[in-house]
Order: sequence, then structure tokens, then C-alpha cells
Amino acid sequence: MPEIIDQIFVLSKHWLLGYVPAGLQPVFSALLSVVPVLIAFPLLFAITTVLERKGLGRMQNRYGPNRTGPFGILQPMADGIKSLTKEDIIPRTADHLVHLLAPLLLVTASFLVYAVLPIGRNMVIANLNAGVLFFFAVGSMVELAVFMAGWSSRSKYSLLGAMRAIAQMISYEMPLVLASVVVIMAAGSLSTVAIVNMQASYTGIWPHWYVFTPWGLTGFVIFLIAATAESNRCPFDLPEGESEIIAGYYIEYSGFKFALFFLGEYLGMFATSAMAITLFLGGWAAPFSFLTWIPSYVWFFTKLLTLILVFIWIRGTLPRLRMDQLMNFAWKFMLPLSLINIFGAGVWHYMPAGLLRWLVVTLLVVVSCISLSRGLRRGKWFHVRTYRFAA
Amino acid sequence: MTISFLLLAAITIAGTAAAMSLRNLVHCVLALTLGLVGLAALYLQLGAQFVGFTQILVYVGAVAILAVFAIMMTRSAEPTEPHGSSSFQLSGALIAGIVFAVLAWAVSSGTKALQVQTLQPEASVNQIGVALMHGFVLPLEVIGLLLTAALIGAGVLAMDETRGAR
Repeated sequence: MPEIIDQIFVLSKHWLLGYVPAGLQPVFSALLSVVPVLIAFPLLFAITTVLERKGLGRMQNRYGPNRTGPFGILQPMADGIKSLTKEDIIPRTADHLVHLLAPLLLVTASFLVYAVLPIGRNMVIANLNAGVLFFFAVGSMVELAVFMAGWSSRSKYSLLGAMRAIAQMISYEMPLVLASVVVIMAAGSLSTVAIVNMQASYTGIWPHWYVFTPWGLTGFVIFLIAATAESNRCPFDLPEGESEIIAGYYIEYSGFKFALFFLGEYLGMFATSAMAITLFLGGWAAPFSFLTWIPSYVWFFTKLLTLILVFIWIRGTLPRLRMDQLMNFAWKFMLPLSLINIFGAGVWHYMPAGLLRWLVVTLLVVVSCISLSRGLRRGKWFHVRTYRFAA
Repeated sequence: MTISFLLLAAITIAGTAAAMSLRNLVHCVLALTLGLVGLAALYLQLGAQFVGFTQILVYVGAVAILAVFAIMMTRSAEPTEPHGSSSFQLSGALIAGIVFAVLAWAVSSGTKALQVQTLQPEASVNQIGVALMHGFVLPLEVIGLLLTAALIGAGVLAMDETRGAR
């Protein structure tokens, strides 16, 4: 019985395909795979906006939205209707075609990456041989969309925001990719499905997730930080710093196009979180061997929601970084650390299994982490800030 | 000659042609990006997943971004006036025609000698990795050295000479 519940979506797809004439089956098969994803993740986006506003409100000691429906859960409906009925303003000097194409490219690229993410056992749209590469390749298109939006608006604020966003995304894409290289080395495959299958076995009750190794934990933390920066979220939200350049590259967008940018940003965050889950947290695999009766997609979405909550928590906790801090952190700390981490994964692979390799790789990572952070701090001294208030 | 090949070829040619003929520099870069994506799609159609995705990652993710960044940093992206005389265009067209003729001759005479190979997309990434690490280690290392030298050179150029390294 758990088997059937686990595979219920796959089975119902095959059952529905049985009613379709053979000539149309490839088309319908693709549709039946794609449409649920196109529905599920925007729905998750709607849920997340409420969760985020309520959670931030709780952390900042105020009420979140509480006027629409019980506990404000109908807020996304209100937001959606509002953005649909608002006037679509295009600046007169804007480059009209590029201005129109930018949000479309952003949302398209954000949706495309879901093709390789395994949502459950046997539940992936396209099991590509080079799936991880596809994810990063399509993800890099987002940068172009950001540039198009910022440049075509012909506004100083949006151009500044676009430049900041692109500089940040390029800098943090490197540690993001290098952090996932360790998993590719360990799994010996670029296919997301193969990577999850490698992690879906157990020793006793403990799973074989890559996060439970020294290099995996380091890679996971680097990946998570870089993912936060890639999705322009706090503390890396310089490109859209509300207090300086208002909304950054999409300041000149209104109505539904603004909502599309919002959607694209959250879809990007979900996608990188899902990739972190796939690479390090075992994808749809259960955390203990005695919990495998719970369906795989439930585990996937539980992990995804947990990571989203972590992102909201970070946003409610940390202040924004300065531009030079951001760049120094990316190039002088994250990049060397992820390179050392790759070396550590290699050492781990060639040493015999046992306590010794745990010790060696942990020591390598910890020592390099400490020395890199000391190097980052060199030439600066920190002291308690004193404030002088007007008498 | 399937429909998808014709479509992708049309997109690639249209993109690159627009990159040469548009007035606005940023539009040129965006059109060039379209052409490069079309090229990547053509690689994918041939079953070369790794090459196709790397093409997108490198050319769309890095080269196009670098180009637009350079444009944003250095000059205003206002439309430029067309310049160049008709004789210049004529000689350009002549050279393009000759190059096309040579390439077409090479391609059409070369096809008969090649055997049609069966594709092995299942192991292609693996094969590329093995080839890079066994047969082509030296070229790989040389390229790595060259890129490192270029990186250091760029760093030296960008360095503020009056105040030394920052």
C-alpha cells in the first residue's frame, strides 16, 4: 500500500495516458508532467508569501497581514487580483521590446530549471544525463533577464540595481557551482536522479546523505550562502535595497510584470533550495530507514519548506552587507574554501574508510576556514561603535 | 533536414544577422545571445548534451554578461550612426562569399569520407571526462596555465598603481 501511495502520481499519469491515442502520447506525456509542476510551485509561492510576511512580522514583533480571511491566509489572492488590475506603466523612453521581454525571460528560465529536479521517486520531468549542468546553464540566463530589465527601463536606479545584481550573481555563481562539484565527484554522475539514488540507501537507520560528511557539510553551507546571494535575498539584497535604490532593476515595472519579477525571484529561490536538497540532503529520500513508508514527495516538500523557513529566518535576522564586504566575502573566502573543499573530497575518496579520514578532512576544512577568515579580517580592526546623539 | 533543425538554424542565422545589422550596441549583444542559444540547441539536437549546456553556460552566462557589463561601464549605449562606404560593404560581402564558398566546398566534399557514427549520449559526459584526464591532460594543463596568466594580467592591469595593491 505505501508503494501505491508513493507512486500515485506516476500511476495516475500512466492510467490517463492509456486513454490517449498512440500518436498523441508523447505530447500528452510531456503535458501531464509539466502542468502539475507549473501549478504546484506558483501555489507554493503564494503560500510562501504569507508565511514570509507572517514570520517576519513575528520576528519583528508586529502582526503580519491579518485582514483577508482567517489569519490573513487569503492575502496572496488579494495581492494577485491587485497586481492584475493595476495599470501597466511603461516609461516613455524605455526600450519597449526589451522591457517586455525581460520578465518573460526571467520567468521562463526560472521555470525551465524545474525540468531536472526530482520531486519524488520516479517523479522528474526530464532525466538528463547532464542534469546539474543544465540547471546551472539555464540558471545563468536569469542574469541576462536582470540586465535586460535594468537597462531597458532607462532609469538610473534600475541600471544601478542591474549592475549590482549582475556583479553579485557572477561572483556567487562560482562558489555555487564549485560547492556542487564535490557531490558530482562523489556520485560520479551529473544526473540529478542518479545523485539522489546514490543517497537513498541506509546504514542501520542512518541515511547516506552527502551532508553527513565533512566536505558535504562544508559544501552545503557554501551552497546555501551562495544560493541566498543568487536569489538576491537578505543579507545579500543590495541589488534591490529598498532604502537606497528602492527596488533595483525592476523599479520601472508595475502591475502584473512586477508580480512576474516577484514570482521569478521566488521560483529561483525554490529551485536552488530544491537543488541543495537534491545534492546534499538526499532529495526525496527519508531521513531514517523506518520512515520510508511516508511518500517520497512528502519528504521532498517537507525539506523544501524547511529550507524556505531557514531563508525567512535569515532574512529576519541579519542586516544587509556592504558592497565591498560582499565582494571580498565571495572572492577571498567562499571561492578558496570551495576549492579546498574539492581537494578535501578527493582526499576523502582515496583514504580508507574509517575515523582517520573523518579527522583529516575535518581538520583540513576547519583550519582553512579559520585561516581564510583571518586573512579576510587582516588590516581591519573592529571596535565598539560609539554613537553621538544630538543633545 | 527535419523541421526542428530548420527552425533552429533559422533562429541562429537570424540572431547572428541581427547582431551585425542592428544599430544599438546592447541590442546587438542580445541578438548575438539568441544566435548562441540557437547554436546550443543545435548541439543538443545532435545529442551532445554536455557541449550544448556548456555552450549556454559559457556564452550566455559569462561572455554575453561580460559584453553587456563592458558596454554599461564604458560608453553610453545610444544608437550609433551607420558609417562605412559602399565599397567597404562590397569588399566585406565578397570576402564573406569566398569564405562561405570554401567552407561549403570543404563540407560537401568531406561528408562522403566520414562514416555515420552511432550516438552514445548515455556515456558522453563520462567519455569527455576520461578523454580530458587521460588523452588530453597536457593541453588541459596548458590552457589552465594560460588562463591563470590572463587572470593575473587582468589583476595587474586593474591594480591602482599610485597606491599599490589594494
